[in-house]
Amino acid sequence: MEKTMSNITAPSPVTASPRERFQSMMRAVGMLPVLLLLTLGFGMLAEGFLTGQNLSIIAQQASINIVLAAGMTFVTLTAGIDLSVGSILAVSAVVSVMASMLPGGGYLGIAAGLATGLAFGLINGGLVAFGKLPPFIVTLGALTAVRGIARLLGDDKTVFNPDLPFAFIGNDNLLGVPWLVWIAAAVIAGSWFILRRTVLGLHIYSVGSNPEASRLSGIKVWKVLLFVYAMSGLLAGLGAVMASARLMAANGLQLGQSYELDAIAAVILGGTSFVGGVGSILGTLIGALIIAVLSNGLVLLGVSDIWQYIIKGLVIIGAVALDRYRQSGART
Amino acid sequence: MAIDQSRPVLEMRGISKTFPGVKALRDVSLTLYPGEVHSLMGENGAGKSTLMKILSGAYQADAGAEIRIDGQTVVIDGPLSAKALGVAVIYQELALCPSLSVAENIYLGRELQHGGRVDRRAMEAACADVLARLGAGFGPRTVVSDLSIAERQLVEIARAIHANARILVMDEPTTPLSSRETDRLFDLIRQLRADGLAIVYVSHRMAEIYELSDRVSVLRDGTYVGTLDRDRLSAESLVQMMVGRDLSGFYKKDHGAYEPGKVVMAVRDMKDGRRVRGCSFDLHAGEVLGIAGLVGAGRTELARLIFGADERTGGELVVDGLPVRLRTPLDAIRAGVVYLTEDRKGRGLFLDMSVRDNINVCACSDDARGAGVLNLVKARERADGAIRDLKIRVPNSKVNVGALSGGNQQKVLLSRLLEIKPRVLILDEPTRGVDIGAKSEIYRIINELAKQGIGVVVISSELPEIVGTADRVLVMREGELVGELGGYSGKAITQEAIIELATGAGVESLPRAA
Repeated sequence: MEKTMSNITAPSPVTASPRERFQSMMRAVGMLPVLLLLTLGFGMLAEGFLTGQNLSIIAQQASINIVLAAGMTFVTLTAGIDLSVGSILAVSAVVSVMASMLPGGGYLGIAAGLATGLAFGLINGGLVAFGKLPPFIVTLGALTAVRGIARLLGDDKTVFNPDLPFAFIGNDNLLGVPWLVWIAAAVIAGSWFILRRTVLGLHIYSVGSNPEASRLSGIKVWKVLLFVYAMSGLLAGLGAVMASARLMAANGLQLGQSYELDAIAAVILGGTSFVGGVGSILGTLIGALIIAVLSNGLVLLGVSDIWQYIIKGLVIIGAVALDRYRQSGART
Repeated sequence: MAIDQSRPVLEMRGISKTFPGVKALRDVSLTLYPGEVHSLMGENGAGKSTLMKILSGAYQADAGAEIRIDGQTVVIDGPLSAKALGVAVIYQELALCPSLSVAENIYLGRELQHGGRVDRRAMEAACADVLARLGAGFGPRTVVSDLSIAERQLVEIARAIHANARILVMDEPTTPLSSRETDRLFDLIRQLRADGLAIVYVSHRMAEIYELSDRVSVLRDGTYVGTLDRDRLSAESLVQMMVGRDLSGFYKKDHGAYEPGKVVMAVRDMKDGRRVRGCSFDLHAGEVLGIAGLVGAGRTELARLIFGADERTGGELVVDGLPVRLRTPLDAIRAGVVYLTEDRKGRGLFLDMSVRDNINVCACSDDARGAGVLNLVKARERADGAIRDLKIRVPNSKVNVGALSGGNQQKVLLSRLLEIKPRVLILDEPTRGVDIGAKSEIYRIINELAKQGIGVVVISSELPEIVGTADRVLVMREGELVGELGGYSGKAITQEAIIELATGAGVESLPRAA
């Protein structure tokens, strides 16, 4: 009986042909070829692009966006979105600089910045997880409201601490590499570990892939949602510490304006699906680097500010279109 | 039914279709005459859907294929050209816009216009005629989201008729329907046949094939096996053609009788105030308990209450003598009760995740080392072990589960539950949309589990499945458990007895009980 059963060979759709293996490899490397092509292209066209110093500058410029985009990746994997990261960054930076000026403050500024980001992230997460409100609405509201709070706390002025004790984070190197880059690298490594090596990470993918199946599998969906928004808030707080360390100041109105859009762009370029369940943190890293390389290269080429905007937008759409075309073309 | 066999409306010859790495169809032929219901049978993966997708323009056949409509060679290079040639498909997943009205849906894409303004009145008037002809109980202005599944199907059919379709493809149309709705659909199909339409009817259900078909064609592993006329139809010959093997010993039940004293799960007065109205029963260790009933009787709802998936207004669950504080599915899982959903893709699987992750998503918490770090070695072992034990056909456990056939997907979902090491397994339509080979293996697994002393509940709409697998059967009707068969009840488990209890009618008054 069992013998006859195992004899049936229905045409299996899952035999891995060389072509399919190539496909899955392409999916794994994602946008890496685009990043390499851009780097090579600018290297040939722009004087001084491919120098150690400039590459270090690019990494430094990319670092805050990498940190924010890492948080955005967590949220996006659960089919959510966090539009409030720029505003949370602003309020956390204001709090951080103000706390650093308290008597005995100093490094307290770092903790205050992180805690502020985490607190707002938890509020977002709570509204999504328990209030069952759509993430877009919750974080769109937070985008506006938290920006207002940032201005309120700083009295709508720039808060400035010329003796910021942690200013070295924004301006010094460790072993020849900027502190900001170390932090971004650590965030990527930590995020990768959580997503790929922990139960929580597997559950983040599960909730994004099929929330109802997750619930029926005994996964605490609320816990996962609360975590991803808290993480995004916390990383926005970290971004705030990085930004204020660099500027030794924070302005509630201007700081972090439209940072959420760059973070979302990095996540999209990194191939993370907006319906959830599919994506990777390494993809996000590549996405953020593409944006940074593009900005830096265009400046070195002397392209005007206006055209930089237009070109960046078109590259984002073009790169994703190319990706879709490649994947769907391979499928049929 | 005399069919005019001189002038076929459709001839498909030499149809082959190659996907990367797979030859899905090999030199398949199909001939359709006007006024016939032509059933297409075959296991999942036999190529039925692929053939129908070529007919409807969703796929292109490989070179060398010939398709003739009314004797004219035609090229079907997309859904639009198929439509223009009079081919209409009623898909399993209905393709309607729920927020639009019936008339707007019927006219979708070819709205009547007056200088760019949609002429709703004319559209509704025309649709009213078609709907009346089909015996619809709703008007053209009804919003589709207010309709039942059966009524939506009717809208799809109306859309096809209204577009002057002459070849109608129906892919498992009765799956979401109750038996009354099914009867009504069959009447409609007969009416359409009398009007001269050619209907391709794709189904797994033998009874429907018997009732409707003028001819039956069988596909197996992408090849055409043969066509039987109505007067030569028999279950044996069809099954032989489909699987190419003998089906004796298809159901397996050798786990011995359960001990009446060993209650593993007790359900007391479970109710939700709507669909389930106070159900109580005991499940014994090593018992396979069937729950039968008509669609809509509340079987799935009862199972979901027991599993903590829906809110209940009353009821208790006792597992191994201990009351369970039941609020979420997690509470049930912790007590050792697991539930296999009837909606495999919608509520069961993580389709874009790997087989390995799908199997491990529950058990990984137990394997985890400190601080919730995954144990990757254990995860691979679990997945490979399940693939071996349940004979899941995959090249490796990294493959996405969405790429598998229905039967293999079901086995993946089942192994996720088995990895929790449950005391009680509730299986809701465990073989729905699963091919015959995988079906028989699922029956083997159920039998194996009962042997190990696990309590298994099988909810099924397929009576032979209930009769073939269960030691004892509870029948549900309108939210209540109305009878018990088999076990120590002294009453034999027969399809007739189940139908009698399920409908609340005597067997003789049922036209289709036999």
